[in-house]
Amino acid sequence: MEVNEKIAVDHGLKPEEYKKICDLLKRIPNLTELGIFSAMWNEHCSYKSSRLHLKKLNTKGKKVIQGPGENAGVIDIGDDDAIVFKIESHNHPSFIEPYQGAATGVGGIMRDVFTMGARPIANLNSIHFGSTQHKKTKNLLRGVVKGIGGYGNCIGVPTIAGQTCFDQSYNGNILVNAMTLGLVNKNKIFYSKAAGINKPVIYVGSKTGRDGIHGASMASAIFDDKIEEKKPTVQVGDPFTEKLLLEACLELMSDKSIIAIQDMGAAGLTSSSIEMASKGNLGIELHLDKVPCREEKMTPYEIMLSESQERMLIVLENGKEDSAKKIFDKWNLDFAVIGKTTNSKNIELYFEKEKVANVPIKFLANEAPMYDRPWKKIKLPQKIKFSNNELKKLKFNDVIKKMISHPNICSKQWIWEQYDHTVMGDTIQKPGGDAGVVRVHGTKKAVASSVDSSASYCHAHPFTGGKQVVCEAWRNLVSVGAEPIAITNCLNFGNPEKKENMGEFVECIDGINEASKYLNFPVVSGNVSFYNETKDKGIKPTPTIGGVGLIKDYKNLMTMKFKSKENLVLVVGKTEGNLDQSIFANVILDEKKGPPPEINLFNEKNNGETILKIIKEKLALSVHDVSLGGIMIGALKMCIAGSKGIKFYKFKNLTNIYQYFFSEDQGRYIIEVEKNNLKKVESTLKKNSVHFDLLGETTDKEIIINDEPTFTVDKVTEFYKGWLYKYMS
Amino acid sequence: MNSSVIIFPGSNCDRDMDVALKKFGFKNKMVWHDDDKLPQSDLIVLPGGFSYGDYLRCGSIAGKSKIIQSVIDFANSGGLVLGICNGFQILTETGLLKGVLQQNKNIEFICKNIFVKVNNNENKFFENIDKDVLELHIAHNEGNYFCTEDELKSLEDNNQIAAYYCSSDGKVDDKSNPNGAIKNIAGIFNKKKNILGMMPHPERMIDQSLSGEDGSIFFENLLKNLK
Repeated sequence: MEVNEKIAVDHGLKPEEYKKICDLLKRIPNLTELGIFSAMWNEHCSYKSSRLHLKKLNTKGKKVIQGPGENAGVIDIGDDDAIVFKIESHNHPSFIEPYQGAATGVGGIMRDVFTMGARPIANLNSIHFGSTQHKKTKNLLRGVVKGIGGYGNCIGVPTIAGQTCFDQSYNGNILVNAMTLGLVNKNKIFYSKAAGINKPVIYVGSKTGRDGIHGASMASAIFDDKIEEKKPTVQVGDPFTEKLLLEACLELMSDKSIIAIQDMGAAGLTSSSIEMASKGNLGIELHLDKVPCREEKMTPYEIMLSESQERMLIVLENGKEDSAKKIFDKWNLDFAVIGKTTNSKNIELYFEKEKVANVPIKFLANEAPMYDRPWKKIKLPQKIKFSNNELKKLKFNDVIKKMISHPNICSKQWIWEQYDHTVMGDTIQKPGGDAGVVRVHGTKKAVASSVDSSASYCHAHPFTGGKQVVCEAWRNLVSVGAEPIAITNCLNFGNPEKKENMGEFVECIDGINEASKYLNFPVVSGNVSFYNETKDKGIKPTPTIGGVGLIKDYKNLMTMKFKSKENLVLVVGKTEGNLDQSIFANVILDEKKGPPPEINLFNEKNNGETILKIIKEKLALSVHDVSLGGIMIGALKMCIAGSKGIKFYKFKNLTNIYQYFFSEDQGRYIIEVEKNNLKKVESTLKKNSVHFDLLGETTDKEIIINDEPTFTVDKVTEFYKGWLYKYMS
Repeated sequence: MNSSVIIFPGSNCDRDMDVALKKFGFKNKMVWHDDDKLPQSDLIVLPGGFSYGDYLRCGSIAGKSKIIQSVIDFANSGGLVLGICNGFQILTETGLLKGVLQQNKNIEFICKNIFVKVNNNENKFFENIDKDVLELHIAHNEGNYFCTEDELKSLEDNNQIAAYYCSSDGKVDDKSNPNGAIKNIAGIFNKKKNILGMMPHPERMIDQSLSGEDGSIFFENLLKNLK
């Protein structure tokens, strides 16, 4: 087939991009070459709309071993141990085919982590669905949860935490972000940079089929009415093979055979081979008839663009082929020498002895387009004046019931009980806490991790929202007693060609960056997902932040459950009473306007560090950060977790009870302390200039407000845990 | 005491079992499915996981693997064999234990703490155990035990039911049945009571920082009985 502009456009390239390809090559590319260009130059692989802005991110820190640019980020957790982690989106495939889309999302991110020599020790996920009233939501939720579980459970890596949101902006475009943490010896990390000429290039893992061809291009386009036709672009996952691949790779990594290794993720063999060669400033020669294929008569074009799962590309030391092959034979996996590194600096492809493509690698990598897209600044919305009269009409108990059983607040037990969260025998904080925590096997250390997003805040004001998500991740780690170390981000946005969407992106990044710098909480890995839009309707800007922290002695793990009755409960951090953008305003008052709560980074850092001191001094019995739903929801969750009640003291200073209980002012924590430790806690808080209020005291079962008993903890638990089970039954 | 844990491709609780056995004093060896001989052992364990991906029927391919004949010989000569979760499924596939494990009644994977009531303690596994209700952990998609009426009668007549799912105070009822297993059966023995298959994972309950410690009771007691 003769290539022309129309075919290029069908491949997702812009006419001017096609022209640039012809100019660079000084000829018309053949179809295979065009396929390769389209795969490397699409948004998903080239980051062409985001690169310029991602450069600004704070990526350095004392504990950062590897920042963005590799398969995953790496941080130092002491004693030669390092944690490899990353979050990645699989939004488009999951909307088209929820089970396989979500499953392969989990598989892909785990491969990114074990490619670096790390054994995966924990999975997390952040999933966003449309309105609970939307006809597709239930099936999508069921399918995604089954897919995530189906893959992670089979591999035997615990899923320790996650986040689930419902909002109508995801009606036509759900989000599935999967995150993995792995453990590696910091002296035995593997990278994707090839080195040396004439080194054998090895293909291992599953055979190549016709599934997922152009998956990355599909993920770089908006959805229209024809999404059903895109099913063939979704890959099919095989967790069993991935488990074998994991064990085989880790076995091969125990000696010094590997020069470079790269998993075949988005754009399959194309991007993996080009990335390894590009990083090493080398050329690469591949003989495509040697690639193990699942189907007959696959063309070079199909082989290069297939996104079949569970495959790896390895550059091996000369002479190590036989010993390496033995390992893959043992695990019953394909192993084939398919090419070698060269000094040509080109990618040269052969098929049945004929040269079928020859392209300078720099054209595909460095010369890929980079756009400075126009973007629009978003103003801080005006504050809303909430009418006291309207608030007075509300019935407090009804509000509590409605809030605690709201889809975005209620327990997600229905979901996480379908994930194996205890395999590997080191999960010490299961899902349902502020962060998941796993022990570093065989040591006293533990790693905490959480994943968060706040799309409503980001929608109202992206800069503030971006800051807020980072702070939320920080607080979640602090709440379990972990020292926050670094983050990974998954930036889910609409169409970057629209200046409003691009503005949301730019300003969210600025916000993330500011908080990340101030808190010394660098970004070490991440992924961008644009074009989350169906028929012109974009999602709310949704940067998802995965945080990782360290607990030096796992026995000091802090939890959110109230421990016993008659202890004091304090709110640490100042309650200002802002209801704008709170879930209370949204759900109870149907008020969706207003600015998100302000972020004061000094207070965030100071309050968090002081909480860590209090935990270290063993003065806190339980800790929970205040987030969605404010003090009331925060305190009730602590009641539910510990099966205790609370008697709230009369509040001071604020004009009404709703402001006090439901404002989502930032930088706050609720802590439980023994009465005779109050002085010590007070003194630590005062010494560090941290504001606090006495909130109340724990009771046996009753929840008492203004001296009136309201619900028992059992009743509230029913509201909290019941909603999702009922919805899904 | 010497124990051996068999690793099938797709096993994923092999390490957890190794950690647990060693913690309580077993000298444990890992055995690859493709080996044909077992090391000298007082206990063979088939661990949990997804052997061979469980793509056919759970445990069916593992039930035909190379090492299995040695396990069958060992069991038939009276050796102690323990199958947990996928290990239980494999034991039913080899015919060493009666019945099958079907998909959970709610067709969802379930991972949570449950309680089991020990039904028979006249065997090496549960003899002298000082608690008859244990809090253990399940994590499976196919744990719904089923057998024919005749088989059930024979299991009951020969006192082969090892444990029932129950409430925290030992009540065996529908409410405490997590997966729809017939008669709330969580684990069974062979006739001679030297083979135990059960869905719950004692190896995940061996430390107070984890989900609980009743697994420790199981392993400590087992080791004592073997000495």
